[in-house]
Amino acid sequence: MTKLLLENLFRFLVLILAQVFVFKNLGYYNIVAAFPYIMALMLLPVRISKGLLFLLAFLTGITVDMFYDTLGIHAAACVTLAWVRIIFMNLTIQADDHDSYSSPGIGQMSFRWFLIYSFVLGLFHHLTLYFLESFTLNNILFTLLSILLSCIFTTVLIVLFELIFYRRRKR
Amino acid sequence: MRNLWIFISRYSTFFLFILFFGISVFLVIRNNSFQRASALNSSNQIIGQAYQKVDYFKGYLSLNESNLKLARENAALRALLKSSNYDNELTVNTIRDTLQESEYTYIEARVINNSVNQKNNYLTVDRGSRHGIKKGMGVISSQGIVGIVLNVSPRFSTIQSLLHSDTRISASLADSKAFGSLVWGPQAFDPKKALLRDIPNHVKVRKNEQVITSGYSLFPPGIVIGKVSETGIKSGSSFLDISVLLNNDFSTLQYVYIIVDQFAEEKESLETKNLEND
Repeated sequence: MTKLLLENLFRFLVLILAQVFVFKNLGYYNIVAAFPYIMALMLLPVRISKGLLFLLAFLTGITVDMFYDTLGIHAAACVTLAWVRIIFMNLTIQADDHDSYSSPGIGQMSFRWFLIYSFVLGLFHHLTLYFLESFTLNNILFTLLSILLSCIFTTVLIVLFELIFYRRRKR
Repeated sequence: MRNLWIFISRYSTFFLFILFFGISVFLVIRNNSFQRASALNSSNQIIGQAYQKVDYFKGYLSLNESNLKLARENAALRALLKSSNYDNELTVNTIRDTLQESEYTYIEARVINNSVNQKNNYLTVDRGSRHGIKKGMGVISSQGIVGIVLNVSPRFSTIQSLLHSDTRISASLADSKAFGSLVWGPQAFDPKKALLRDIPNHVKVRKNEQVITSGYSLFPPGIVIGKVSETGIKSGSSFLDISVLLNNDFSTLQYVYIIVDQFAEEKESLETKNLEND
């Protein structure tokens, strides 16, 4: 239990620091940006309570917002992600699997499941994020394009990280 | 009350989502100036549009009255306009020179009526016999020749445009000096094209050669009319039909000059004597 707590705490810290100091400066102009910090929310244990999940998502979002100077936008996006995560889990995981306390990574799930999982969650996160940021329906095609491209970028990064950690854990 | 709690706990995910999402959006709108301005603006837009719609329908009720008012106001304003006054001012520049006696003087006039797409086109200008205009004077613009004065009233005169089936103007080719008469053509519908006829077959005509007035008629010599667009060589006939692209854009004429030939009467009386001798 303590191990689980420490593991998740460490993951949060590393990912948020990486996000605000590395990935904030990484991207292709305004069009493509990566937000791999959402991986910390994705890899929370399957059996986490809803209230805690929402609270953690909100706090993560607020923390990132403080560094991005966009108070509330990332928080809203992370809360949306938490909601989609709960729905996605309900739809794809059987009731007996719910008992496991482990993270829904590639080690526990299949690679294909994880790919779809991260892409769908990332898509909803980015949709909320970009539309709240632009706050207008003008240039909707441009917004949608940057959402899609950013989402692909983020998903690739997340799957890449997960593969690296998964291999190590296996060894 | 118990049922409400059951309902809320059953859909707790959704309510939690709404709660946290609401807090986030509240923060967004409160703390980010752009979104705040946008949010206020969009609500203003809705209210403003509602007012606009109501006002639009209200406007119909008083439409008749306000139209009448506007029409009266327009009429009053129009009477004050400079363009509703007849401009009587005239500037004629004549240079007195005993060595070179001036033959031509020019009266400037504004075109107040014009047509280019009739079979016979006329112009009306705002100068008349009061200003010394007589029937048969030549009319040019800054771009080329326009026509011949047809009728004169005290304040206005009508001009038989070059785009008229009866207008014939003596014109010559700039290089060879061969002269012929210029008419509207070949098909009399294009206000950019004229036809130069009666140029003998042996004259060498170049494409893009300038066509100028010959000085045999009402116009001073050397005024550019246009340039040759087709040399029109036809086998068998002894005269050329040369297509001329007119320099003058008749559809946008605004100001013209009426040419007063000081020696016109002298020349005319002399030429009529010739006829008497025949």
